[in-house]
Amino acid sequence: MRIDRVLAGVLAAMLPCLSPAQQDTQKEIERYRQMLAEGNPADLWEARGEELWKTRRGPKNASLEQCDLGLGAGVVKGAYAHLPRYFSDTDRVQDVESRLVTCMVSLQGFAPEDAMKNPFSSPDRQSVMEALVSYIAAESKGMKLDAPVRHPKEIEAFRIGEQLFYRRAGPYDFACVSCHGENGRRIRLQELPKLADPKDAQKIFTTWPAYRVSQGTVRTMQHRLYDCYWQMRHPQMDYISEASIALMVYMAKYANGGIVNAPALKR
Amino acid sequence: MKTILSLLAAGVVVGCITPLSDSESRQRAERVFRETFTHGNRQMAARVERQDEVQALCSLYRNEPPKEIAARIEQSQLATLRYPASGRLMGDWRRGEKIAQDGYGLRFTDPDTKRLNGGNCYNCHQIAPREISFGTIGPSLVRFGRLRGEGEPVQKYVYGKIYNAEAFAACSNMPRFGHNGVLTEEQITHLVALLLDPDSPVNK
Repeated sequence: MRIDRVLAGVLAAMLPCLSPAQQDTQKEIERYRQMLAEGNPADLWEARGEELWKTRRGPKNASLEQCDLGLGAGVVKGAYAHLPRYFSDTDRVQDVESRLVTCMVSLQGFAPEDAMKNPFSSPDRQSVMEALVSYIAAESKGMKLDAPVRHPKEIEAFRIGEQLFYRRAGPYDFACVSCHGENGRRIRLQELPKLADPKDAQKIFTTWPAYRVSQGTVRTMQHRLYDCYWQMRHPQMDYISEASIALMVYMAKYANGGIVNAPALKR
Repeated sequence: MKTILSLLAAGVVVGCITPLSDSESRQRAERVFRETFTHGNRQMAARVERQDEVQALCSLYRNEPPKEIAARIEQSQLATLRYPASGRLMGDWRRGEKIAQDGYGLRFTDPDTKRLNGGNCYNCHQIAPREISFGTIGPSLVRFGRLRGEGEPVQKYVYGKIYNAEAFAACSNMPRFGHNGVLTEEQITHLVALLLDPDSPVNK
């Protein structure tokens, strides 16, 4: 199973450089169909996430069950549909991952650097974050996304995110808008959402985290942004950086009103 | 008690913050951007933090610069064009096709070896019709040479467009492959051949 996944990842990673790419694309599509028929593997991440949520861990030997994700301590149901948001105890706008780090530090006693270790899994190393986010997102499935952009810090994050969205830099002169500024465009065969268009944003923002067939794991929105900046020939984006959260608030404003359908299944 | 205090504090904050002006939010975004890449390659970070004039203006105008700014950009970028000393602009279309397919280079995971960067052309353009995995951010280039000819003026245009697209269309999405050092002069001549050579699959 693992070798199979690694192979699928390698194949997908090579996809853009192969010619003709048709055969590999076809293989990928067949894998998709198979996965769809079998259900979303993210179910396993959700189950592991729920267990992690309830397990006593860390120096304080505590679970995350008293973590406040925005709707009060311990409320998971619906919380993801209202993230990112401003939290008064940290005086910051936080996404689900940044908030989980806060809870791992305050409730479980982890050092921040330990809480932020391995946020993205690799074939030989599972990620606590990917599982927890899968569980939390699934608890908002079917609910309307309503990430608040009302508090001054939320509005500020939106404005910063908007500036960053258009900021061109690096050897390719790329900004987010280079790929996400128009409807109906593609990179190779991958369709691209226009992120300032509610119709596209509602469909896309609400489907992260997602099980990525090409990577054999669930990836979160933090990873999606990190991956975008990688493609944009920018350096490695810091995990839960202020910029990453500002960009999420920017996207969420257009995505609000969409229905949370995560974890989804993607290429 | 703590909660009440923080609620009060939030209230005070709400009361006295006015919405950011454009220039204020730009300044804050710049500060935030500079705090974003602290764990990676410092040289790469320095390169994205420092925008050149084209990047800064196109960011400011969100890729829709007013006429006079667009003219200024195109003029300054025209001045950057450098053609091969040999005068030969048409290379080998077969090598051009490989470069057009290749997405290697300049990502933080790409090892700093002698391997040349790819052009990523198919990511955004349809080029040779047999390749069905092509992007649509840029226009289709199928039959480019057949439609435009293959003489020296067209060769110069194509070479220049790949070298620095901003010289022809201010705030174009297309990277400045020559000017920014992504592709070598020789690589660009191979791409010119891919588009213009009558034997290239593009023109079949």
